[in-house]
Amino acid sequence: MVESVRQMGALMRKEFLLEWRQRYALNGMLLYIVSAVFVCYLSFNARRGQLTPIVWNTLFWIILLFTAINAIAKSFVQERASRQLYYYTLASPQQIILSKILYNTLLMLVLAFLGFGVYAFVLGNPVGDMPLYLLTLVLGAIGFASSLTLVSGIASKAENPATLMAVMSFPIILPLLLTLLKIAKNALDGLDRSVSWSEIGTVLAIDAIVLTVSWLLFPFLWRS
Amino acid sequence: MNKNWWKALAVLILTYVILQGMLGVVPRQPILNESIRNVYFHVPLWFGMITLLLTSAIYSIRYLRNGRFDDDVVAVEFANTGILFGILGCATGSIWANFTWGEPWPNDPKLNSVAIAMLMYMAYMILRGSFDDEQRRARISAVYNIFAFAVFIPLIFIVPRLTDSLHPGNGGNPAFGKYDMDNRLRMVFYPAIIGFTLLGVWITQLRVRYRRIKAALDE
Repeated sequence: MVESVRQMGALMRKEFLLEWRQRYALNGMLLYIVSAVFVCYLSFNARRGQLTPIVWNTLFWIILLFTAINAIAKSFVQERASRQLYYYTLASPQQIILSKILYNTLLMLVLAFLGFGVYAFVLGNPVGDMPLYLLTLVLGAIGFASSLTLVSGIASKAENPATLMAVMSFPIILPLLLTLLKIAKNALDGLDRSVSWSEIGTVLAIDAIVLTVSWLLFPFLWRS
Repeated sequence: MNKNWWKALAVLILTYVILQGMLGVVPRQPILNESIRNVYFHVPLWFGMITLLLTSAIYSIRYLRNGRFDDDVVAVEFANTGILFGILGCATGSIWANFTWGEPWPNDPKLNSVAIAMLMYMAYMILRGSFDDEQRRARISAVYNIFAFAVFIPLIFIVPRLTDSLHPGNGGNPAFGKYDMDNRLRMVFYPAIIGFTLLGVWITQLRVRYRRIKAALDE
């Protein structure tokens, strides 16, 4: 157990190093979300606080969804096949998928908080219950990372990864996205927190299902 | 002949269901009126679809466990028939919604969930098309099929129950079982579920045989 945690730590460290050495990819993602927010801001041509709460909320999550798909799509494409083979001789596939999911969660957290900061800065911040909204961002980061990592693994094996990634992840992510939107809307309106418990439970349940299925299925995926 | 008894059963049940659906006596309900007959066709199609997709996922799991190529063929054909039933379910539902709810596609979580599910399985078909190597195709699409089914279950059973829906049994509306279903309806409704599921299995069996013959001819 201790050994396995240590190996996962090493794998995580490898992901960070890799990202740090190819800083253009990371910077690219950061710039992607900032410019996406800015494009939306200019397209709506809205002064602060002009968007209705529903539009404000939905727009933000759509931006986050597209950023997530783009950011996570590269998690398997980035490294050459021979190098991946080498990792597979060193660690078990379960460790690899878990470390990828953990790493992507951290990446999504950074992107989500940065995106939210910029978004609230240019478009105004009508959120009523800030801690709950931030909790939704955290839940969203975990959920996006865990559902999209396996999909990106599947897409990376196919001929046309970019299109397939989008086509496969939109329907997969929708139940999660709809539930997150609901919690975020509750937080935005500052409703009593007891209203959101059942939705938070649903998000956690979907996360648990997706994580377990990824854990079970990934060993079959990497062998091909 | 004795292996084909279930096909005869499917024909018998569906004949009975169609006759009952067109001519049988149905309870009078406000708003629903005669459109309640659609319960014999629309609802069993969904039950059939869920059974077919479940079978498809089970065959994908079997493929991953033992690597028999035939299991993958069966899985993809069950998914195909599932999509067909889904589209038919949407069509019958649209007709029904048009008369009782006033528009063919009301913004209802159940409808949207099913539309998402159809997108998911169409993505499965596109994924299959993007591989040249058969082994790889079979393995990777089996992984996606199982993953998709794991997401499909909360999508169909949990998400609609959290939000308001026009469908019975959701968002405070009474379920069919409580008020609307009387024993006469049940006498047709339950056999209809079995009949449509058997029909789906039959279609799948024909398609699987067609594929096997085609594969044998290619070799």
